[in-house]
Amino acid sequence: MNDSNVVSSRAASHLELETPEKPYLDSNELIINMGPQHPATHGVLRVILKLDGEKVLGTECVIGYLHRGVEKIAENRTYTMFNPYVDRMDYCAAVSNGLGYCEAVEKLLNVEAPARAQYIRVILTELNRIASHQLWLGTHALDIGAMTPLFYTFRDREEILKIFERYCGARLTTHAFRIGGCQYETYAGFEKEVTNFLSFFAPKIDEYETLLTTNRIWLERTKNVGVISAADAIALGVTGPVLRASGVKWDLRKAQPYANYSKFDFEIPIGTNGDTYDRYLVRMAEMRQSMRIIEQAVNGIPEGPIMGKVPKVIKPPVGEIYHSIEAPKGELGYFIVSDGSTQPYRLRVRPPSFVNLQALDVMVRGLLVADVVAVIGTIDIVLGEVDR
Amino acid sequence: MLNQFMSYLGSNVTPGSANNQLWALIYVLIIFAGVSVAVICMNWIERKALAHFQIRLGPMRVGPHGLLQPFADALKLMLKEDIIPSEADQFVFWVAPLIGLLAAFTVYTVIPFGPSQAVSDMNIGILFMLGVSSLGVLGIVVAGWASNSHYPLIGALRSSAQMVSYEVAMGLAIVSAILMTSMNASGTGTLSMIEIVRAQQQQGVWFIFKFFPLGFVAFAIFAIAMVAETNRAPFDMAEAESELTAGFHTEYSGLRWSLFMLAEYAAMIAVSSIAVTLWLGGWMRPFPNLLHAPAWDFIFSLFPGLTFGGLALIAVIGTVRMPPHSFFKVQRIGLAVFAAVLGLIGLLLLVIAVAGRTADTSLASRFDEGIGYVYWFVLKVAVFMYLFIWYRATWPRYRFDQLMRIGWKVMLPISLGVLILTAVVGLIFS
Repeated sequence: MNDSNVVSSRAASHLELETPEKPYLDSNELIINMGPQHPATHGVLRVILKLDGEKVLGTECVIGYLHRGVEKIAENRTYTMFNPYVDRMDYCAAVSNGLGYCEAVEKLLNVEAPARAQYIRVILTELNRIASHQLWLGTHALDIGAMTPLFYTFRDREEILKIFERYCGARLTTHAFRIGGCQYETYAGFEKEVTNFLSFFAPKIDEYETLLTTNRIWLERTKNVGVISAADAIALGVTGPVLRASGVKWDLRKAQPYANYSKFDFEIPIGTNGDTYDRYLVRMAEMRQSMRIIEQAVNGIPEGPIMGKVPKVIKPPVGEIYHSIEAPKGELGYFIVSDGSTQPYRLRVRPPSFVNLQALDVMVRGLLVADVVAVIGTIDIVLGEVDR
Repeated sequence: MLNQFMSYLGSNVTPGSANNQLWALIYVLIIFAGVSVAVICMNWIERKALAHFQIRLGPMRVGPHGLLQPFADALKLMLKEDIIPSEADQFVFWVAPLIGLLAAFTVYTVIPFGPSQAVSDMNIGILFMLGVSSLGVLGIVVAGWASNSHYPLIGALRSSAQMVSYEVAMGLAIVSAILMTSMNASGTGTLSMIEIVRAQQQQGVWFIFKFFPLGFVAFAIFAIAMVAETNRAPFDMAEAESELTAGFHTEYSGLRWSLFMLAEYAAMIAVSSIAVTLWLGGWMRPFPNLLHAPAWDFIFSLFPGLTFGGLALIAVIGTVRMPPHSFFKVQRIGLAVFAAVLGLIGLLLLVIAVAGRTADTSLASRFDEGIGYVYWFVLKVAVFMYLFIWYRATWPRYRFDQLMRIGWKVMLPISLGVLILTAVVGLIFS
C-alpha cells in the first residue's frame, strides 16, 4: 500500500493507480507490487499489477534498477575500451553482444573480419545462443513450478561455459571478439570439444522435452497463455523467438545475413498461435538449429588469419551506422555516431529484452497472476539489457 | 497409578476404549514425539531426495551427509528474530500457526497404528478426522488475513477455495470406502478407523483392490485430493513461491514460520495415514489371510529388524566410502556411530521378533505384534511421503483456475460416479 502512494505521484501512469480510494479490502481492485525483489521477475524488474481478485487488469513495468549508463559510458571510452562493457548488458549472451558491437564498428571502419574469425564467431555465438536458451528454459520452468529442469539445464550449460573458458578465459562476460576479428586462436582440441558437446547435448534436449513438452500441467500452463498476434508483435517492435512464435518468419540471420550465416544451412522455426507454448517450442527448435549451424561451422572452419587489417588506434570516419544481429532474445542493434575521434559521439543500443518487455501488458491483460510470471519468463528478459 | 499403568498392559483395546487416561496420555506423548521426529526425518529426506532428483547433493556439511541439518535449521529458526509486522493484527497473527498445528496434531488421536496402537477408537473416527483436518485451513486463512499484506491475502484466499473444493471430492471418495465396509453378512458399515481396517481383514482384500477398478479410482481421487488438501506441489498454490513469494506465510519468520512447516508435514503424514487406513489395509502386513501360518508370521516379523539392518548397512557403506582425509574424521566417526545405533535398533527388533516367537511370553509376543503393526503402517505412509517428494520434483504447478476446474468438473463427478457404482455393485454382490 505504501507503494501505491509512491506510484500515485507519477502522473503519467496509464493504470490510473490513484483510483482505489477505499481501503483495499473494501475495493475490488488490488494493486500489487511484484518486484524488484521477487523470485520470478528475473532480476530487478518491478511490475505493478492492478488486479481484480486474481485477474490482471493492467500492468506497468518500472525499470531502471540496474541502470549503469552503458550508453553514456561509451561516449567516454575508446571503441576498443568499450568492447567489454557490452558483455555486461545481456550477461546470459555476452558473446552475441560482443559480436554485434564488433561488427557495427567494423562496418563503420569498413573492414571485414577474416573467414576463420567469422567461423569462430559463428561457433561461439551459436553456442551462446544454446546457453542462453538453456538458462531461459530452466528459469521459465522454475517460474511455472517445475524445479528440476533448472538443474538439468545448468548442468549442460556448464559444458558450453567450459568451452568459453578454455577459449578466452572467461565464462560469462567473455569478451571473446575484438574489432576486426578475434583476439585468440582456437585452443588445441577446440573443434573436437565442440563436436563432443554436440553429441553430448542432442540427447539432453530430448531429456528436457521428456520432462515438459507433453506434460499435461505444462501444456495447461502454457497453451493459450500470453497470446500475442503477429500484428501486435510487429507493431510493438517485438523480435526474436517471441515474434517467430506468432508466425512471422523473421530472423536476421536469414533476413539480413551478417557474419557468414548465409553460408550455413538452417531453418527458422516458427510457431502459429503466439502463445507461451509456441515460444517454448520455437526456442527448443532453435537450439537444435543452432546445433546444426555449429556442426557445419566446425566441419568447414578454414585456416588463415584471425585478425583483419585494423589500425592500432581505431578512428572511424565521420558518419553513423546501425547494425543489428539476431541475439538469442531478438534483434540486438547498435547505432553508433562517429565524429572522427577515438570515442563514439553517441552510441545507442537497441536491446531486444527492452523492446520485447513492452509486450508484457498486451500479453497478460485478462489473465491471472500465475500467468504473469509465466509470461515474464517466456519473453526471456535480462534486466542488465533492459536497464543498461 | 501403578495399578492403572499395569492394568492396561494385558488388554487388547486402545487406551481410550479401555478408559485408561494414564496410557492415553502416554500414547499422546509418544505420538507427538514420534510425529515430530518423523517431520524432522522427512525434512532431511525431502531435501536429500529432491537434491538427488535434481543432480545435486543437498545438505552435506552439517554432520555426515547433512544428517544434523534439520537440527541446525531448527536451532536457527528458534534463534531468529520474531517479527510481527506493525500493521498486522497481533493476536490473530500470533494464534494462526497454532491453529494449523493443533488441527494437524489432533488428527493423530484416531489414527490406528495397530488394532490397539491408537489413542482412542472413536466410533466416528473418520468423520472426526475429516472435521479436524479441515480446520487446518483456518490457520492458513487467518494467517493470510492477519498479515495485512497483499501476497499473504491472495495466498490465503487461494488456499481456502482450494481446500473447500477438494474436500468435497475427498469426502465422496472416503464415503465409497466406508460403503465397502458394509459389504459383510450383517450389512452394517463403520466409521471407526480401527473397524475399517478390520473390515478389510475380514473381507480379505484391501479396499484399493475391491470391486476393481472402483476401489482404485476412489483411492486415486483421494490421493490427488490429499495433495491439494496439504498444499503440496503441484497444487501448492497457496505458497506458490514464484508467484506469491511465499504465499500465506510471507510475513512470518523464525519459530512461527517453522510451526507452519511442522503443521504442513504433520498434515501430510496425517492424510497419508487416512489413505493407508482406508485403502491399503492400515497396519496389516501383506497377505495376512493367505500367508497366515506361524512360519509366515515369523518371517514377516523379521522385517522391521531387517529394515533397520539395511539402513545400518547403507550407513556403514557411507562411512567406508568417505574420502580418507582428516577433514572427514569427525564426520566418519559420526556416521559410524549412526550406523551402530541403527544396527543396534535392528538387532533389538530382531531379538524381540525371535523372543516373541519362541519364548511365547505374552508380553514379548504382544510387543512383537505391536512393532509389526506399526512397522507396516509406517512403511505404507513412507511410500506416500516419498510420492509427495517425487511429485514436487517432477511437475510444474497448476494454475489456480485449472485447479478449481479439475476439482469441480473432473474429480467431483468421478467420485460421485464411483460412489454410486460402488453402491450398485455392492448390492448386486451381497
